[in-house]
Amino acid sequence: MSPRVSTPTPEDVDRARALAGAVPDPEVPVLTIEDLGVLRDVTVSTDGALEVVITPTYSGCPAMEAIRDDVISVLQRNGFPDVHVRQVLSPAWTTDWMSDAGRRKLEDYGIAPPTGRRPAGPVSLTLAVRCPQCGSADTRELSRFGSTACKALWQCRSCAEPFDHFKAI
Amino acid sequence: MTAARALPSPARYALALGDDALVLAQRCGEWVTRAPQLEEDVALANIGLDLLGQARSLLTYAGDFAGRSEDDLAYLREERDFLNVQLVELENGDFAVSMARLLVFSSYQLELYRRLSGSRDATLAGVAAKAVKEVAYHRDHATEWVLRLGDGTPESSRRMQAGLEAVWPYVDELFATSSRHGDWPHPGLVAEGVAVDPSSLRDPAMSYVRSVLGEACLTEPTPRWTAQGGRQGVHSSAMGFLLAELQHLHRSHPGASW
Repeated sequence: MSPRVSTPTPEDVDRARALAGAVPDPEVPVLTIEDLGVLRDVTVSTDGALEVVITPTYSGCPAMEAIRDDVISVLQRNGFPDVHVRQVLSPAWTTDWMSDAGRRKLEDYGIAPPTGRRPAGPVSLTLAVRCPQCGSADTRELSRFGSTACKALWQCRSCAEPFDHFKAI
Repeated sequence: MTAARALPSPARYALALGDDALVLAQRCGEWVTRAPQLEEDVALANIGLDLLGQARSLLTYAGDFAGRSEDDLAYLREERDFLNVQLVELENGDFAVSMARLLVFSSYQLELYRRLSGSRDATLAGVAAKAVKEVAYHRDHATEWVLRLGDGTPESSRRMQAGLEAVWPYVDELFATSSRHGDWPHPGLVAEGVAVDPSSLRDPAMSYVRSVLGEACLTEPTPRWTAQGGRQGVHSSAMGFLLAELQHLHRSHPGASW
């Protein structure tokens, strides 16, 4: 078997972008890396390889290695033998990039989506976070740090259920 | 056209900032399973993870100048080649000591990253802009604990004050540009807009810290000595033990991977 050597066409790049974008986040599998805004770009590099650009949600996000491997694997299975995944930090990821579809999927999954837009600068403020179980806005923060870097731990005062909240950054 | 001026390499600067983050990440990790509450285990693990991510980016960048990987730099350097401030290597001690340190360090690091995100060095600017929001969470977390302990029971207040006393000799080094061991950072890097002058961070960082101490009914200590030399590789006795734990697996099993 010889790998395909022709340079990907614009149609190929579109197909590759859709394939890469559909890779699920390993820690929040209802979200794709497209929903999250982790997938930044898919291009063809000068040597004819496909270049996929991703950005981490947090500096230490341990999911990046798994995402890179999954992107390479899905593209190789679909006729793109030569794939480079490049990780960039700028511009810095923000929850504002999460798609509306992603926010709905998060809530259906039981994770309260990020609230509003955090103003520029680290201002301590708490916006109402709705309980993803019962919809009540009477909730409280138990801990600003949760099961993964991107989540905080909250509890609903109405139904008493604890839940994860995707932090706005 | 003017002749290209040879800029001083930002490698050593990136290494020092990366070592701060790496060493404090290790100290945060030591709290896991030992913190006062389960939520605090999780919080300190997450704070450590953020710092480790920052360290990886900074060490990778520093290593690029010398053909060395982030792992080479983290695991295969000797103590004298680490350029972190001594504050981050200080033993965790009582929980209040760790929270006093986190309050001071995150206040310093937040001001540093805010300014460094405007650095003329695109990589340093990118790492800083990414990290600034993470560090804001670290500072909020330390602030809540210092308020709770300082303005709590007589016992918690006494121990929070003792935590400050243990940490304060190490505060000055964060903002120092020279010591009997040498200057830091390279003045050329500051002049070129690549590095941040650490002395410019003292007022904003410490005015925040003082406002927290005031609200927490605590007194700012006046230390009788101050640490120095970390930026030149001079460390306290705690550092060797920390590195032994950090490095021993990698050195015992060269080339091992997950």
